[in-house]
Amino acid sequence: MTKKETSSLKTLWRLLSFTKGCRGRFVMTFVFAVLAVILQLAVPILVGDAVDCMLGPGEVDLDRVLQYVIWLIPVVAGGAFFQYLMSLCANSLTYNTVRSLRENAFARLSRMPLSYIDTHPHGDLIARVASDIEIIADGMLQSMTQLFSGIVTVLTTIIFMFLLNWVVALVVVVLTPVSLFVAAFIARGSHKYFTAQAASRGELSGFCEESLGGMNVVRAFSHEERAQGQFEEINSRLYKCGLKAQIYSALVNPSTRFLNYLVYAAVGLAGGLIAVLMPSLGAVGGAYMTAGKLSTFLMYSNQYTKPFNEITGVLSEMQNAMAAARRVFDMMDKPVESDDSALPALPGAQGRIDIDEVSFSYTPERPLITCFDLHVKPGQRIAIVGPTGCGKTTFINLLMRFYDVNGGSIKVDGHDIREVTRHSLRQNYGMILQDTWLFNGTIRENIAYGKPDATEEEIVQAAKLASCDTFIMQFKDGYDTVIDEDSLSQGQRQLLCIARVMLTRPPMLILDEATSSIDTRTEMKIQKAFAYMMQGRTSFIVAHRLSTIRTADLILVMKDGNIIEQGTHTQLLEKKGFYSELYNSQFAE
Amino acid sequence: MAESKKTRTAQPGEVKMTSFFAPYKKELIVGPFCKLVEAVLELLIPLIMAEIIDKGIAQADWRFVLKYSGLIVLTCTTGLCFSLVCQIFASRCSQGYGTDVRNALFRHINTLSSAQFDDFGTPSLLTRLSGDINQLQVAVAMLIRLVVRAPFIIIGSVVMAVILNPTLSLVFIAATPLIAAALFFIMKSTVPRYKKVQKEVDGLSAVTRENLTGVRVVRAFAKEEEERERFDREAGALAKAATTVGAVSALLNPVSLLIINLAITAVVYFGGGMVNTGDMTQGEVTAFVSYLTQISLALVVTANLVVIFTKASASGARVKEVLNTAPDVTDGEGVEWGEAGAPRVEFQNVSFGYGGNDVLQDISFKVYPSKVVGVIGGTGSGKSTLVNLLPRFYDVNKGHVLINGRDVKDYKLKQLRDRIGYVPQRTVLFSGTIRENMLWGNPGATDEDIWQALRTAQAEEFVIKLPQGLDTPVSQGGKNFSGGQRQRLTIARALVRRPEIVIMDDSASALDFATDLKLRTAIRHDLTDTTAFIVSQRATSVRHADLIIVLDGGVPVGMGRHDELMRSCEVYREIVHSQEDKEGKHDD
Repeated sequence: MTKKETSSLKTLWRLLSFTKGCRGRFVMTFVFAVLAVILQLAVPILVGDAVDCMLGPGEVDLDRVLQYVIWLIPVVAGGAFFQYLMSLCANSLTYNTVRSLRENAFARLSRMPLSYIDTHPHGDLIARVASDIEIIADGMLQSMTQLFSGIVTVLTTIIFMFLLNWVVALVVVVLTPVSLFVAAFIARGSHKYFTAQAASRGELSGFCEESLGGMNVVRAFSHEERAQGQFEEINSRLYKCGLKAQIYSALVNPSTRFLNYLVYAAVGLAGGLIAVLMPSLGAVGGAYMTAGKLSTFLMYSNQYTKPFNEITGVLSEMQNAMAAARRVFDMMDKPVESDDSALPALPGAQGRIDIDEVSFSYTPERPLITCFDLHVKPGQRIAIVGPTGCGKTTFINLLMRFYDVNGGSIKVDGHDIREVTRHSLRQNYGMILQDTWLFNGTIRENIAYGKPDATEEEIVQAAKLASCDTFIMQFKDGYDTVIDEDSLSQGQRQLLCIARVMLTRPPMLILDEATSSIDTRTEMKIQKAFAYMMQGRTSFIVAHRLSTIRTADLILVMKDGNIIEQGTHTQLLEKKGFYSELYNSQFAE
Repeated sequence: MAESKKTRTAQPGEVKMTSFFAPYKKELIVGPFCKLVEAVLELLIPLIMAEIIDKGIAQADWRFVLKYSGLIVLTCTTGLCFSLVCQIFASRCSQGYGTDVRNALFRHINTLSSAQFDDFGTPSLLTRLSGDINQLQVAVAMLIRLVVRAPFIIIGSVVMAVILNPTLSLVFIAATPLIAAALFFIMKSTVPRYKKVQKEVDGLSAVTRENLTGVRVVRAFAKEEEERERFDREAGALAKAATTVGAVSALLNPVSLLIINLAITAVVYFGGGMVNTGDMTQGEVTAFVSYLTQISLALVVTANLVVIFTKASASGARVKEVLNTAPDVTDGEGVEWGEAGAPRVEFQNVSFGYGGNDVLQDISFKVYPSKVVGVIGGTGSGKSTLVNLLPRFYDVNKGHVLINGRDVKDYKLKQLRDRIGYVPQRTVLFSGTIRENMLWGNPGATDEDIWQALRTAQAEEFVIKLPQGLDTPVSQGGKNFSGGQRQRLTIARALVRRPEIVIMDDSASALDFATDLKLRTAIRHDLTDTTAFIVSQRATSVRHADLIIVLDGGVPVGMGRHDELMRSCEVYREIVHSQEDKEGKHDD
């Protein structure tokens, strides 16, 4: 067994472990499949026997024909009924399994360290939780219904055929796998082209995404013709491999159909010859080959080959599902944040923060923060300034313990933040980032996000303090307005985020001033709200406004990941260093 | 509203999706014809088998059995040949069709104006280019391969049955519509339910996306547990929707099987009587049974076809909608470039709006070469739209935009845009190298030109540090550079062509104040003949412009220099004060 097959088996086994709790349905699916198949296979036998009672004009045993017909009706009905029950069981089994898989995957995701979430494209992670698991569901459902009944059909048909006439049965059993081989052979050949086709498709959509996403630029630089040329070039490659892939795969159906007819002809020939020349050949239990038996065989040869074709289809579907499952498990197997449930919770903090000799980097090759010291007294205001990419966000990541330091320690009120629970640490901070995040719910739900049991009064109070009561009341549904992508302006979104933090009243704050995209009046409201909130709280502000910077107790000037200067506004100006250069650039000619 | 509506309604020369079939007439005729032949041959096989049973076995003639078995082999071999020809033609036609439609669609998208483009939205256009066209391609292949075959098998089987025995064929005539009706009702009730399942999947994705983008907030508020419950609720709703639709669609097979088997039972019962009276033979009863089986298979295929074509017609409509949107910005006649002494840019009573909103109202101003224009105002005040009128991403509704004394609509689009350096609000870089990106601005630029532009754009300092220099690869969207670096590269790209007009649409937002200042000084210094338009939210960025246009809700509420506006324009004063330290030092 190859390595790939072993890993497929492992994946399958792991997937099956999610069926726990549904074992009963698993067994039932199988039982119903067997019952349905047996009843369905009995139909050709009854029909064949009935046909054998019709030898010619005046020679029909009408009583026996009626007898068979009476038998046929419950058998037919039962077959259909059990098939439906089997599908129902498989359905419920599949969707319950998939649901539990999905919930597990998401639970896992919600414990992943931020380093994982930050470095993986969100679209890809979403695809794993949503569409990949859908593919698994499709694969499971198909294999449950078709693979089960397919295998049962093949096995039972073989037994029935051998019971009828082993020679003709042998002909069918030997010939049919030939069609399987042909199908597999074609599939292997087409695989190459399908891979090429998928690659070209990916290339084309990547190209489209890029050039449609930057459409104004394409136009501004009169690049349309060249873009069209590139598009047509990729498109023509897609045509070439797409054509080959399609022709190849289009061979499967006609060829298997052809082979099935060959089997059909062989059954006719073998059965006919035996019936004519030596009816006793291959007979089991004295049942000689007859015209009726031949007709049964013909129906069987159809029924026998069909599941083979279906199984080939299901197998490729299963391969897809296994590939999807591997992607999901791959994500689930990534290490999650360490369990901190045994650690004590950080009590309501005073707001003293001690950062000692902290070093940190996202990748070992590129050290970012080295030997960083900072001591903050409760209630102090710390402004962080510096050019783009200087490490301001990294600093927040460390304070909130979104990332762990590589060396040194951060202490809140004397507690090392790695020795308290993450939840309790984070609840001591109120954080308002520049890229505002609100979830798809009502305004009320969003404000009460940090305190779901807040009273109506508290919510309105927080909204008023954050100056968002006015615009909320302008909506038809007031606090019950459902927020969607574009119902709020950037500034209004930020005000709501402020209200959300206002409600929880944490002892420490992390604020990120907006650089742009907010109109003047809203901007003033935000500043007012920020100022109110900061009273008596230890606050870190990523600052862009000079007024914020000037009133800070301490300014941290960051560059290339390090604090290069610290001090008050006046102190730093006197120093005539990087800060004073930065400050003066705003006003200089 | 009226404006944008007009562009979306059908034009006289409407493109039809069928017009793309033109080069594939041969495939469209020969393919189905071959399939038809195969189907006819396929229908003959049960008849030959009936002969074997009735004549060969009944008369114990082994030669007859041998001969007729050979005939079956011959028939199915011929059938195989015809069907292979059909498959090849179908592949050629469907792939060719898809390729042609894709090319045409991409070309057409490139002619749409920005307003039309935004109307559709990038994601929607991307789906139309990929998913929708693939759907059409599948449908074209099916059209050739199955549309003829499945109905033909159904009708053919019924006809054969009628020829064999008109009375017994009544069973067929009763069973076929019954199955068709069952298929129809099951599908009719599942299709909307499948849509619901898709909606639930979308809901699930939305929750996941929210949790990923807002991961910091979720964790800051320690809400992981609640979010997990929210997700579980979504997952439960999805499972429920999927199970419901599964329960209905699971009926499909048992029900059609039930009807077919009951029909077979009926054939046996009545057939028995007819054989007894000599109206029918034993072999004919067997043939009847075969035909019934064939019909049931063909009906299932038909049901799938209906699904494929329903999807394809929706896709076709979506593709057609784009193709039939007549571009509302059309290429100009082409005139000589500008008049001497005319203002570089002039707006004459310009108004613009789309989707029922007035975005800009009655704007007039003149700018001469080498001047700097600052455009300032809050979000949605129309700043970007104003500058987008210059390269004709949009066309004015009223008034005129003139460059060098001529209406922008008179120039060829290429002629016009080649003289404008445009720096978009959202930085856009293309995969390739830095040099390749720079050459967009001017394919004939030398390395010296490129470095000069990088210097002006304040990008030289970091590009020079890169080991591969100008050959450093740029990944898609420029993700391997920081926001500030990307902005400076896009600025440099616009400057490489030494444009007469440079438009910087809030292009320095990711730059710190010091770099922003250096950049503005360098542009003034290095591009002496260029008219610069600087759109910004920051008062400091436009403070030293020769003309500052203050927009408020699309209306120009102030125009002039900084000190004039500080005296006369309330909105401008507010903006400046909100951003500056009131006690800070002023330069005036």
